[in-house]
Amino acid sequence: MHNPRSTLFNLFVVAALAAGAIPAAAQSVLYDKSRITCVSRQMNVPVEARFKKFSAQITFDPGRPAAGAARIEIELDSFDIDNAEVNDEARGKQWFDAHNFPKATFVAGSIKPLGGGKFEVRGPLTIKGRTNEVVTPFTYKEEAGAAIYDGTFAIKRLQYNIGEGAWKDTDTVADEVQIKFHIAVAAAKAPAKK
Amino acid sequence: MSTTDRYTTTAIALHWLIFALIACGFTLAVYMVDLTLSPLKLKYFAWHKWLGVTVFLLALVRAAWRRTHRAPPFPPGIPEWQRHAASAMHMALYALILTIPVTGWLYSSAAGVPTVYLGVMPLPDLVLKDKALAELLKYVHVTLNYTLLVLVVMHVIAALQHHFVARDEVLARMLPWTHVRKGNPGNA
Repeated sequence: MHNPRSTLFNLFVVAALAAGAIPAAAQSVLYDKSRITCVSRQMNVPVEARFKKFSAQITFDPGRPAAGAARIEIELDSFDIDNAEVNDEARGKQWFDAHNFPKATFVAGSIKPLGGGKFEVRGPLTIKGRTNEVVTPFTYKEEAGAAIYDGTFAIKRLQYNIGEGAWKDTDTVADEVQIKFHIAVAAAKAPAKK
Repeated sequence: MSTTDRYTTTAIALHWLIFALIACGFTLAVYMVDLTLSPLKLKYFAWHKWLGVTVFLLALVRAAWRRTHRAPPFPPGIPEWQRHAASAMHMALYALILTIPVTGWLYSSAAGVPTVYLGVMPLPDLVLKDKALAELLKYVHVTLNYTLLVLVVMHVIAALQHHFVARDEVLARMLPWTHVRKGNPGNA
């Protein structure tokens, strides 16, 4: 649970290290302050799980959102719903098949401002060998020397073949799954902490 | 001998309805817990919780009814200790049918799975997700259930004893159909 690196479905890959007031190369994700979780609905009951390991590279300047970039990789093996039986099932062949498809990857293709500290990022999300474009709003704020990215979006699990066989039944486990991310990135300068 | 007073129809209906729901919920629970994970297992868990919530709501109604409607008096000739034993048993049964669903609900919350009654009405989580607490509540839930099972068996034995050995009206006055013992006039 207190694994230093978190995991989840989304990957923001910041592709560009370039540009921006913040030298991207200096950014480092504060994994112990970051979380990627997913909320599925089982029999209409929301149940949250966490991806305890992920890696993120983010380059983002709120003044120049279009120049931003992100790449996020989630280790699907780190799925944790606090129930060993469900964890095993989720990592298994019918769900993530984490053995054959260890990572989910998101790459930011474009970022645009929505105003009021809100932005929208669009890009391909690949899970279990299938890629679909996703769009998610996120907020950006700076807090105690860190940049915080927060957002929630929904995917359809069956588009990624997550939940095969009997699990295709969406009356039991809904097709729509919410992905929530909270990613903290240390500010470029003065990481000396305050 | 006007000891043939029956429980009210409402009390009788609640008694048997609650019994039937508990029997279903208990049987389902024993069956479902060892199933391998499947959509069906998730459904069974959901149904089990819905049964539990229903039992709790009906038990509240029943407790309220019991407080506002006198139970028929004991037939004459029942020893003092048996009266006390019967009252204590009934109190314990009421306590369990009210408590067990609550422990199940709390257990579910502590395990990180909220309860959504009938799939439409979310119940609040009174406790936060907490593994140790979930284990404890699971233990309490299961233990109280087996306690209930033991008490129900004793309750049934006592009822049968009244009916077939003592041959009084104690069981008959809770039966859903009117049952008048021979030689007992005046049962409405």
